[in-house]
Amino acid sequence: MTTKLTGIAASDGIAHAKAYLLVEPDLTVEKNKASDTEAEMQRLKDATDKAKEQLTKIKSVAKESLGEEEAQVFDAHIMVLSDPDLMDQTKSVIDSEEVNAEYAFKQVTDTFITLFEGMEDNAYMQERAADIRDVRKRVIANLLNVTLPSPATIDEEVIIIAEDLTPSDTAQLNKKYVKAFVTNIGGRTSHSAIMARSLEIPAIVGTKDITERVKENDELIVDGINGEVYIDPTEEEITSFNKQAKEYDELKLEWEQLLNEPSVTKDGKHVEIGANIGTPKDLVGVKDNGAEAIGLYRTEFLYMDSSELPTEDDQFEAYKKVLEGMENKPVVVRTMDIGGDKELPYLELPDEMNPFLGYRAIRISLDRDNIFRTQLRALLRASVHGTLRIMFPMIATVQEFREAKAILEEEKALLIKKGVKVSDDIEVGIMVEIPAAAVLADQFAKEVDFFSIGTNDLIQYSMAADRMNERVSYLYQPYNPSILRLVKHVIDSAHKEGKWAGMCGEMAGDQTAVPLLLGLGLDEFSMSATSILKTRSLLKKLDSKKMKELSDKAVNECTTVDEVIDLVNQYVK
Amino acid sequence: MEKREYTITADTGIHARPATLLVQQASKFNSDITLEYKGKSVNLKSIMGVMSLGVGKGAEVSITAEGADEAEAIKGIDETIKNEGISE
Repeated sequence: MTTKLTGIAASDGIAHAKAYLLVEPDLTVEKNKASDTEAEMQRLKDATDKAKEQLTKIKSVAKESLGEEEAQVFDAHIMVLSDPDLMDQTKSVIDSEEVNAEYAFKQVTDTFITLFEGMEDNAYMQERAADIRDVRKRVIANLLNVTLPSPATIDEEVIIIAEDLTPSDTAQLNKKYVKAFVTNIGGRTSHSAIMARSLEIPAIVGTKDITERVKENDELIVDGINGEVYIDPTEEEITSFNKQAKEYDELKLEWEQLLNEPSVTKDGKHVEIGANIGTPKDLVGVKDNGAEAIGLYRTEFLYMDSSELPTEDDQFEAYKKVLEGMENKPVVVRTMDIGGDKELPYLELPDEMNPFLGYRAIRISLDRDNIFRTQLRALLRASVHGTLRIMFPMIATVQEFREAKAILEEEKALLIKKGVKVSDDIEVGIMVEIPAAAVLADQFAKEVDFFSIGTNDLIQYSMAADRMNERVSYLYQPYNPSILRLVKHVIDSAHKEGKWAGMCGEMAGDQTAVPLLLGLGLDEFSMSATSILKTRSLLKKLDSKKMKELSDKAVNECTTVDEVIDLVNQYVK
Repeated sequence: MEKREYTITADTGIHARPATLLVQQASKFNSDITLEYKGKSVNLKSIMGVMSLGVGKGAEVSITAEGADEAEAIKGIDETIKNEGISE
């Protein structure tokens, strides 16, 4: 019978192969008295020399299979092994305590690991500590005369099962044979997960106990899309997964070809596909998926990842990084959207009965304008590094927009007076997520430069249904004709004034909604980076005039969501 | 003995690439070369020693070389520091 195990989906794809357990030998080090300290020092030297040789070999394999950059980590490892301090200190421990080489080496490396892990700042030092652990394992294995498992010697198709994978483990993986990997620990951003994505093989991490549950040579299916491992699958499961895997591979190939292509419909209409991001780190995904813009940069993370308000300079650095990274492609930055479900302990916001209807986003910004002004100054200063667009969230009235914009203009004038360079081409728009703003879009359109429709909130406010409440989740209906009418009104209002309208909610990347939105005339679609190529591929198959016919019918003739879905299915096959 | 003092201007301080390059450069010479920061000194040929100092941006450090090729050593290291923008 099939056993199913769930973990964190770390890299897409489906694989079917036998399990290969990459489990470490026992590397326990005992403390022994060594009378011949000279001999221990020689053992240490032999073991490190051998480790250097092994690493040099792994490095050249890694360079072949993974590329120069990924192989550089082994240079760092070899450098650690060549470190005179590390060797001298180990020798002096051997000498003064008259102990065996492995014990002395472990003791000295422990000191450095503790030191590095205890240092402030940073992820960087943590990685260096991990490097030392990795190198130490190799030296100690050599001293104990045991062999570390070496995935480089694998010569048949396997799925690697491990507690975790170190850089030197993953570097030895030959993509030709390694079909996937599954680990006990780790998250989406751990080394093994990142490596899997760059190797483009499926991976599931954080399963907790896969090494206990799977035996060598067990038959496995790894579904990296849903984060599931099937141990001893049935014939039907195998057939079904093989089919899915084939379809997925074909689709992926099709999508990848669109990486550097513009987003164009079958009849040649160009729209912009942007990515939603939360931090400058997300730029990698933005590039890997060929986004034409950033349609939503959520700046809340700057506030939430900190124990106090971020300084103007911290913010400036982050905005600059994103703008520069996009190389003049537009970046829509949404000003602080705190409140609602995003709390900020150090702001000491009062508890509210209805936080989603309460003191949040632009309402806080206008009330406590010192916080807002700091953010605007950082944005204005960064504006010269790319194409910046500023978006105010949760705008309900034209008056709010005017106030926010006046503060922006004030800060801009002050900066210019001080001699600070500010771009003179910054579009200023609003996020349309409150029904009142959507209804009055024709008036707003005269004053804003653009609209970006935030569907998650627009739907929950229009339907009066809390999107966190499962009992009413059936009311989250993006394709309901009522929502489509609001969206249509917003887009039409923008176009009437020569402005553009985008969308940055989940709906923009929804494969059922895209044909409707295209028909309604949406100019910009912003979504999670991973949905971009899929959407670009879909758009290529759609005829914008036909989709206009579809959306007209949906808006004017349909009464229910199901009717809309049926209609879309008729038009898009 | 040759000695020079620097104020670190690189954003990352002596970390990552700058640290690696300094150690590589120092290792080319026979002289004993030390890096001193906040009263603590380490062997500039030791990557672990250098990183354990945690030298950040704005730090005041001094580098000392002692041995037959001390003058060349200091000159070579100075070049690395300038070329890599570790200090101005």
